[in-house]
Amino acid sequence: MHVLDATFAALSDPTRRAILARLAKSEATVMQLAEPFEMTQPAISRHLKVLETAGLIVRRVEGAKRPCRLAEGGIDAIDQWLAMFRKALARNYDRLDELLADTKQPAKSKEKR
Amino acid sequence: MSKMTLEIEGDRHVVVKRRFAASPEAVYRAHTEPALIQKWMLGPDGWTMPVCICEARAHGKIRYEWTNGSGGGFHLSGEFLELEPFRRIIHVERMHLPAPTPDNHVETKFDPDGTGTLMTMRMTLPDAQTRSRMLATGMEHGMEASYVRLESTF
Repeated sequence: MHVLDATFAALSDPTRRAILARLAKSEATVMQLAEPFEMTQPAISRHLKVLETAGLIVRRVEGAKRPCRLAEGGIDAIDQWLAMFRKALARNYDRLDELLADTKQPAKSKEKR
Repeated sequence: MSKMTLEIEGDRHVVVKRRFAASPEAVYRAHTEPALIQKWMLGPDGWTMPVCICEARAHGKIRYEWTNGSGGGFHLSGEFLELEPFRRIIHVERMHLPAPTPDNHVETKFDPDGTGTLMTMRMTLPDAQTRSRMLATGMEHGMEASYVRLESTF
């Protein structure tokens, strides 16, 4: 549970979500990540630290650089939780669609759904 | 019709949006009339809601009880804070698992959208930890796991 709490906290920031979306494409260095976000490298490094602590990214040493990439399975747990919540809601609303279609006025039943 | 979107926003919010091919009045009624609620607000297949109390007025009570027909069940209690017929509902709710979860403050809006309705449900939890636990309750009730890409949660 603690890990998931940290994961949710890490994901609550739009910059960190954007960093994850960027890393979903390929590994990147701090410098490469700082560029599109118009942020200083220390600011990006702070975000990376949060993501690393939450187990969402890993960093390796390559000379002076420390490229980041998505951690294997790091987002799976939170993905699955969100997916289940989403799925239950989606199922409810699909049922509501059917109910609304059934109770609709005949005049409106010609409308495309 | 577009699909539902579910986004986590800031530390404490969850925002769900969904379009319906029916008037705001019809969608609103489906959220406030027990006989209608019992037909759709059921979660995973196989669950039913034998008890549905929904007093749709300010300070009115909410109580929904679900069962899976084989011994599993839980309930939700809550109160309405404000209702603007066919436009907006504000209520608080908590799940009983059986210990009550912290209050979830929910604003549900029903906006006309072409010939249909755009529903926007904005949930506010006391803190980030509560939110992650609320999103986790699905697992405890045997909902089927599935995998979606992270991007779809943005």
